[in-house]
Amino acid sequence: MTGVAIVGAAETTELGVIPHMSELQLHADAALNAFADAGITARDIDGFATAGFRPTEVAQYLGLKPRWVDGTSVGGCSFMVHVRHAVAAINAGHCSTVLITHGESGKSRVGKAGMAPSPASFGGQFEAPFGVMGPPTMFTVPVLRYMKDYGLTHEQLAMVAVVQRQWAARNPRASFRDLITVDDVLNSRMIAYPFHLLECCLVTDGGGALIVTSAERAKDFPQPPVYIWGTGESSETPIISQMESLTSSRAFRQAGGDAMREAGIRHADVDHLMIYDAFAHLPIYGLEDLGFCAKGEAGAFIWEGNTAPGGRLPTNTNGGGLSYMHSGMYGMYALQESVRQVRGIAPAQVDNVEVALCLGVGGMFGASGCVVFGRQPRG
Amino acid sequence: MAQRPLPRPTPETDHFWAGTRDGELRLQKCHACSHVYFPPRPFCPECSSRDVHVFRASGRGTLESYVINHRPHPAWTAPYAIALVKLAEGPRMMSNIVDCPQTPEALVLDMPLEVVFDKQTDEITLPLFRPAGGAP
Repeated sequence: MTGVAIVGAAETTELGVIPHMSELQLHADAALNAFADAGITARDIDGFATAGFRPTEVAQYLGLKPRWVDGTSVGGCSFMVHVRHAVAAINAGHCSTVLITHGESGKSRVGKAGMAPSPASFGGQFEAPFGVMGPPTMFTVPVLRYMKDYGLTHEQLAMVAVVQRQWAARNPRASFRDLITVDDVLNSRMIAYPFHLLECCLVTDGGGALIVTSAERAKDFPQPPVYIWGTGESSETPIISQMESLTSSRAFRQAGGDAMREAGIRHADVDHLMIYDAFAHLPIYGLEDLGFCAKGEAGAFIWEGNTAPGGRLPTNTNGGGLSYMHSGMYGMYALQESVRQVRGIAPAQVDNVEVALCLGVGGMFGASGCVVFGRQPRG
Repeated sequence: MAQRPLPRPTPETDHFWAGTRDGELRLQKCHACSHVYFPPRPFCPECSSRDVHVFRASGRGTLESYVINHRPHPAWTAPYAIALVKLAEGPRMMSNIVDCPQTPEALVLDMPLEVVFDKQTDEITLPLFRPAGGAP
């Protein structure tokens, strides 16, 4: 049997506010939970990837002796990219069992890895002098252009948060679980016009880890393998002003297109979808750039309930970065939900998930990674 | 009010910041493929040619998109807009819109803008934009 599969997946024991754990320990807590899930220990791992921290720090902390290391760090989608690189490494025989970890003390900021941008970087020279204050003032800047060009309304943008809260309400581990209305969203505090508080992601602490191995070895693990059918990655820009288009992400199109082609799937084959939602416009861009909706139609598609519980394309079923959790590099949690849905153990489980697609973003539309998972080995 | 975060020019971007000091908005153009681009670098990001030159841009543009930040910033009085300006020559740059209320009603997408130069220090002058007086 050829191919590669996920054989271990876990988040940190706690999610949300975890002031009694450093960022490094959040990596380790998630890794230990993933080891338990897969029935292995650090001794069984011979490949390691992480982002945020240098892989040497986390690998030594965990007692790993990796013969393959990947420190690709392109923002919150780094973990999708690590999955893709792990597939290549395993297929090339560079290693047999890869651990991918994420840990982030986004809220409590205990033992944070530093990454202040240099005033000599493009961001330092051409964005910081104009008053940007983190993602809420950068990731969000393109959306007024989208709203004017395609007629997206403030109410439709708010509906993204409403629908994801419907999913979060079914998830005991979600940070926010009370149902909300479009009016609640539009009446929440203005953060960066046109984005209100409830259209912006949470800031929480947590971590997650994945264990990846060959499909052949995967049969010997206790959990049902989640097969990797296709992957894609791309990088576009370090600063939002240099997106090729303000209404579409070239990185999404490239990573998503490559992953779907490699998986050999059509849109109708996808039973479950995750689109990294740092802000409410992300699922709109993602649905269109992946080709699930024609240009300008994703706002209405979400408004009509297609991505909501009971809809035909269940999306962001953990509640997403808007309601579940968001430590900063959320991609790991999107991957964890895809794996849970394919295994059939998610809190808000969708019926018969055979194919799940997971699209990540890094930076502010800066990079992308995409993974297509299958319940069966790829035919 | 605190000082804005200021850029630290590099050898590759120095001409741009020298330009704003002299009251010029400078862009670069490729001799090989005619591509006009920003931010600065000594080669063409479109065709990889090193045969590029710096020229003085018109300083005109339009308001392509923006947000109005409502959270406190040590160097600004919120709310204030962070804008993307589509320059007449093609490239897009981030800036602030001055001489204009910082409201959705006053900040109309596609409105014509013109550059103004805001001296911060002896070394750094920032290019900001204001609504253009006449026709675009």
